[in-house]
Amino acid sequence: MSLPLATEGPPAGEYAAATGTLDLLWLLIALPLLGAAILMLGGKRTNSWGPYLAIGACAGSFLYAVVALFALIGLEDRTADLFLYSWVPVAELQVDFGLLFDPLSATFTLLITGVGLLIHVYSLGYMSHDPRRRLFFAYLNLFVAAMLILVLSDSFLGLFLGWEGVGLASYLLISFWFYKPDAATAAKKAFIANRVGDVGLLIAIFVMFAALGTTSFAGVFSQAELLTAGTATALGLLLLLGACGKSGQFPLHTWLPDAMEGPTPVSALIHAATMVTAGVYLIARATPIYDVTDTARLVVGIIGVITILIGAIIGCAYDDIKKVLAYSTVSQIGYMFLAVSIPGAGAIAILHLLTHGFFKACMFLSAGSVMHGMNDQVDMRRYGGLRTVMPVTFGCMLVGYLAIIGAPPFAGFFSKDLVIEAAFDQGGVRGWLMGSAAVLAAGLTAFYMTRLMLMTFFGQKRWTDDVHPHESPAVMTGPMILLGIGSVVSGFVLLHVVDIEAWLEPVTGTHEVEHVLAPIVVSLLTLAVVAVGVFVAYTKYAKQAVPTTAPVAVSPLTVAARRNLYFDALNESVLMRPGQYLTRALVFVDNRGIDGAVNSLAAGVGGGSGRLRRIQTGFVRSYALSMFGGAAVVVAAMLVVRVA
Amino acid sequence: MNESYYLLLAALLFTIGGLGVLVRRNAILVFMSVELMLNSVNLTLVTFSRTIGTLDGQVMAFFVMVVAAAEVVVGLAILMSIFRSRRSASVDDASLLKF
Amino acid sequence: MSPELAASEAVLAATSTGEAVTFWILGPLSVIAALMMVLSKNAVHAALFLAAVMLSLAGLYAAQDAPFLAAVQVIVYTGAILMLFLFVLMLVGVDASDSLVETLRGQRVGAAIVGLGFAALLMGTIASAVLQDDGTVAAVGLDRANEEGNVVGIARLLFTDYLFAFEITSALLITAALGAMVLAHKERTEPKLSQREMSRRRFAGDSPIALPGPGVFAGTNSSATRALLPDGSEAEQSVSPILTPTSGKPAAGADSEGTQSIERPS
Repeated sequence: MSLPLATEGPPAGEYAAATGTLDLLWLLIALPLLGAAILMLGGKRTNSWGPYLAIGACAGSFLYAVVALFALIGLEDRTADLFLYSWVPVAELQVDFGLLFDPLSATFTLLITGVGLLIHVYSLGYMSHDPRRRLFFAYLNLFVAAMLILVLSDSFLGLFLGWEGVGLASYLLISFWFYKPDAATAAKKAFIANRVGDVGLLIAIFVMFAALGTTSFAGVFSQAELLTAGTATALGLLLLLGACGKSGQFPLHTWLPDAMEGPTPVSALIHAATMVTAGVYLIARATPIYDVTDTARLVVGIIGVITILIGAIIGCAYDDIKKVLAYSTVSQIGYMFLAVSIPGAGAIAILHLLTHGFFKACMFLSAGSVMHGMNDQVDMRRYGGLRTVMPVTFGCMLVGYLAIIGAPPFAGFFSKDLVIEAAFDQGGVRGWLMGSAAVLAAGLTAFYMTRLMLMTFFGQKRWTDDVHPHESPAVMTGPMILLGIGSVVSGFVLLHVVDIEAWLEPVTGTHEVEHVLAPIVVSLLTLAVVAVGVFVAYTKYAKQAVPTTAPVAVSPLTVAARRNLYFDALNESVLMRPGQYLTRALVFVDNRGIDGAVNSLAAGVGGGSGRLRRIQTGFVRSYALSMFGGAAVVVAAMLVVRVA
Repeated sequence: MNESYYLLLAALLFTIGGLGVLVRRNAILVFMSVELMLNSVNLTLVTFSRTIGTLDGQVMAFFVMVVAAAEVVVGLAILMSIFRSRRSASVDDASLLKF
Repeated sequence: MSPELAASEAVLAATSTGEAVTFWILGPLSVIAALMMVLSKNAVHAALFLAAVMLSLAGLYAAQDAPFLAAVQVIVYTGAILMLFLFVLMLVGVDASDSLVETLRGQRVGAAIVGLGFAALLMGTIASAVLQDDGTVAAVGLDRANEEGNVVGIARLLFTDYLFAFEITSALLITAALGAMVLAHKERTEPKLSQREMSRRRFAGDSPIALPGPGVFAGTNSSATRALLPDGSEAEQSVSPILTPTSGKPAAGADSEGTQSIERPS
């Protein structure tokens, strides 16, 4: 149902055009894109200086992002829309490629370029021995460029371009060590799971064009009120499907932990801090659509809560340090989904996203530092007592740990408390259920994170014989320290100094509700649950010696958690095996049915010809006889026609 | 007696020529039969020329003769070379081009 | 029927009695000769019968106001083409393929059925195509076309309307001549013997003198008759191996007749 609006051309954008400094917004994307192109096309000549070029490109983007941020603050309505060119000028489908710089995208731009820059620097040390280091930096730059397209684009189609770009970069980086079968498989898994989500996003874009005749943010959001309830809910759910795929949310979350097969900086940048939060960005950006459909909001919230619990439960069972962090990421993004599902609480989701970006990146980099010192081992049961050997890493990890479990005054305390508060404030059964689940998960988070800390840095040394742990070089610890500082202060600064809720208010709306529980009660309750989690972990992993192999006699829940709560098995039995059977059936039909038909036809023709060729006696007179007979038939036909 | 008698005669001669092609084995005789068929067609052309009242039919017959002359020359040359290699002028002997 | 033909219907040329007589003589003659040609055992006879057919047809052409074609028929077909046939016949020689025994199974029966059917159909078609309701043919006749003479009329057509085709036939004839030369040409596979070598070979062989000619001292002078040696026996070498030799000895009691039959220069 194409509305009459479509024939009048796209509605005038409600965003103000970019001027002055913001005219150069395209530089944000162009710099890393150029870096990636040079590194990829330049070949071995760029081996020596390529990584520095990549860092320079990222740094340039970051610096310009800072400048642009101040320029944006100076603007009255705090939005700047930069038209670049007419991208898809086809009849009624008129898509312009443009960049939208507003508080939300500015925040993301800073996060991406800032954390990206730190991780670029960190990679310099982490990947120093890898022969394909240049390509790694090229992919990182490609990722940064694609992610910036994603968050800066002013239309859903442009967002989709970035969306696919980060998918590609993610695929390339997960399979960076493609000679490891696990890495190759994980990359394919991530790619396929993302495709499922992308289909949702793509269909959502189709629906937008069909219903509203435009795909630009301005056009869609200004007409969101015109959408019927059904269309709006469908749009919300389709966007949610896309977000689930990209952000590793239930039921498409299984790819994210496997993606840890990639190099650790990748895990930190893409699979913790930035790309996986694109789903949150998408839903926060599409707030006007979700404003008209409470059903979709409810589903977002439910998905978020389920994912929080799944991630937290599974995180308790794994011994692989990166997988624990990965499930923790899944769980924390669940918090963001929960927050973004609450009307007006989008800013809280973004706040948690930012703090999470800091402390999770910090923890991942610390974990990477540990692995770097431990011969790339990831089994926490073979760690222990690293506190003294790697003091800086320990410090950074400790800061990240305190932040994620929500200890005041670290970053997580501010953001997670607000999420839990907002969940309770929804009121009714919905509020109580979601709030309780969030609190419970906070306790679980405290448990598995304490477990991680204790197994890694405390207790006896359970090292294998050939490892010689050592502190990482400054090029690695530097970014970790910076991120650690962010983990400490970002929550307080963003909430009370910058007042991010007011900053993002134009995009995500305001959050003013009656408190069901007083904020202080929520905080105390959460802290109490967290303390219980910490205490349980302490009794289990500090008071008792940690065995170097995982105990076998454990509760069914642990067994289930060790197997990802059977989600992989579910995927296999519900999706993969039927797919395989279908494929086999099709192969069978192809071999026997279609090939059989073709082959038997060929055999029939061949056999028939074998008999028919006996007519070819080689005797000219036989041929002449048949020709003569043919001539007689022709004459007979003529006669018949004539008489008739 | 009218012109159709000529046509019937030509048809008869044509059929006899055709039968000659079918039953004779000597390549030269087969050739002669073909010439007989060509001649009967010429008779038809001449007759139709008269029936219609223009000379085009006769010109056509003339061309047939020319072509027949060329054909006989080449055909007999082929025959000669076949005979030279096979020592036989039987059309049944040259029957290798088969299954 | 075109309007032109319809208009000239009044001047239809009826066949004259003379033409009918000619037809009824030459027509059956040609049919019989054609049948004889197909059925004759001897290829030379067949060629002669074909000549008879062609001469008959020439007569029929002449009867149908086509004197030029009649002349060409006699000169080109009977004169040139048939002579070519005879020439090749002489080259190829008598062959077992002249036998009238059929070797292909069902060929004769099939040929008879198809031939009869074809003849019947062809005649039926002609009858249905040209015969009018009263059993006659609407013939215009060539009187007007032959006003300037048949040869002039044909020439006029040949060098105007059919000029291009006429020129093409020249190319065709040249190509045919070249083709015949190429096909009939035989590559020499061994070096030509010089006179010296031939002489040496003869004296090295078992017969230094010339072989006896066939028919010498024999009852006949046929090339297939072996020469008689002085002792009365037959000389094997005197007859070419490709010929089937006949006995050179005079038949008993026919000696005088045999010797008389040899023409001796007086």
